[in-house]
Amino acid sequence: MQVPAPFEYERATSVENAIALRERLGEEARFIAGGHSLLPMMKLRLANPEYLIDINDLTELFFITEEAGEIRIGAMTRHRELLESELLAEHFPIFRDAEKVIADPVVRNRGTLGGSLCQADPSEDLSAVCAALDASCLIKSTTGERLVAMTDFHVGPYETAVGDAEMLTEIRIPLKANSGSAYEKVERRAGDWAVVSSGAAVWMDGDVIADGRVGLAAVGPNTTSIGPVSDALRGAAPSEELYQQVGEIAAANCSPQTDQRGSVAYKKHLAMELTRRSLRRAVARAQGQEA
Amino acid sequence: MQVNMTINGDAVSEEVEPRQLLVHFIRDQVGLTGTHWGCDTSNCGTCVVLIDGEPVKSCTTLAVMVSGHDVTTVEGLEIEGELDNVQQGFIECHGLQCGFCTPGMMLTARALLNNNPDPSEHTIREAISGQICRCTGYATIVRSIRWAADRETPVAIGSAS
Repeated sequence: MQVPAPFEYERATSVENAIALRERLGEEARFIAGGHSLLPMMKLRLANPEYLIDINDLTELFFITEEAGEIRIGAMTRHRELLESELLAEHFPIFRDAEKVIADPVVRNRGTLGGSLCQADPSEDLSAVCAALDASCLIKSTTGERLVAMTDFHVGPYETAVGDAEMLTEIRIPLKANSGSAYEKVERRAGDWAVVSSGAAVWMDGDVIADGRVGLAAVGPNTTSIGPVSDALRGAAPSEELYQQVGEIAAANCSPQTDQRGSVAYKKHLAMELTRRSLRRAVARAQGQEA
Repeated sequence: MQVNMTINGDAVSEEVEPRQLLVHFIRDQVGLTGTHWGCDTSNCGTCVVLIDGEPVKSCTTLAVMVSGHDVTTVEGLEIEGELDNVQQGFIECHGLQCGFCTPGMMLTARALLNNNPDPSEHTIREAISGQICRCTGYATIVRSIRWAADRETPVAIGSAS
């Protein structure tokens, strides 16, 4: 029987209240959103917070809106809403690609975007999705708020830029013309963590890729946005040769480990092949050739 | 600390430790053992209950988080001696063998039919993809849910009111 170590529980009534609680309770306190990453960690005693601050009543953090040239998503938005949102599917089909293969429908009823990003598991899918889309994270504290680029959000495995007295409240994704995005994941069985996954986003200028990003999951640290990939994509015309070349760059810039999910060689092969596929689909979508 | 919730329409007020998981609260403190405790890792889905009408894995939810909400367990499917269509479907179509996964399967099916009274086989399979039947009796489970769908009337048991 797995049971978390004892802790004290507080239920936040507003964002301000949640941040004030966090500031008062200090580094031994954690926010709990859906709990489907944190509670398993606590049951295994890998996480032992002294206080849990429940933020499930913060209805102001449940939203997906279009505003000021951006899509803004509240941190408490659940996987299910990300999957079902027509607004997201219209602008960023990568979300639906990814959400279809994150856990299972019952888990998706509880898990949240903010919780996934803050868990910062290197195998977690939405970090790669948000980084590919050039998203920013709005982080609030008692003294104000700051916007952190997704590429700076992850400090290391299970570590983020969110400080002890801060809270991730919102994800902002810029809306730019002629964009396309896609997500490809290989898993051992339905709903499992990725063996490897690759998310790609491109922004076209006529027949040329003006900008592009690829984020990988489950292949080591610092792979949610790979700089050399973007360098190779900018100004290039889409072609099978380009996808192959960029796939090889992605494989060269990750550092997977051999485990029960596969060997290093297999995972590098997947990083290459899945990057080819996600880029190919992202470009096809940007050109209106594929839904 | 004190938690207050409704379980199958009944008000429940109990003292719990914050670390008490909902599945153990329901089984050990409230005494409703129809909710099964399985893998303990949110994979198998036998512990599924409805919270405000939506299926949730109760092994990965704290009882304190559910204070103030409506819970439906498998015991809540039967109303005044009359089985839910889903329960009747599991009888008619041999939807259970050992029966261990059955409570979670039936509650997820009930939530599905509340949202979509006429699901395709694919939709049913997708909906129960967070549940594992180690007898591998999926074909008859899907058939049981479809049997219920064919008799579905728009009565939303366990849905948020």
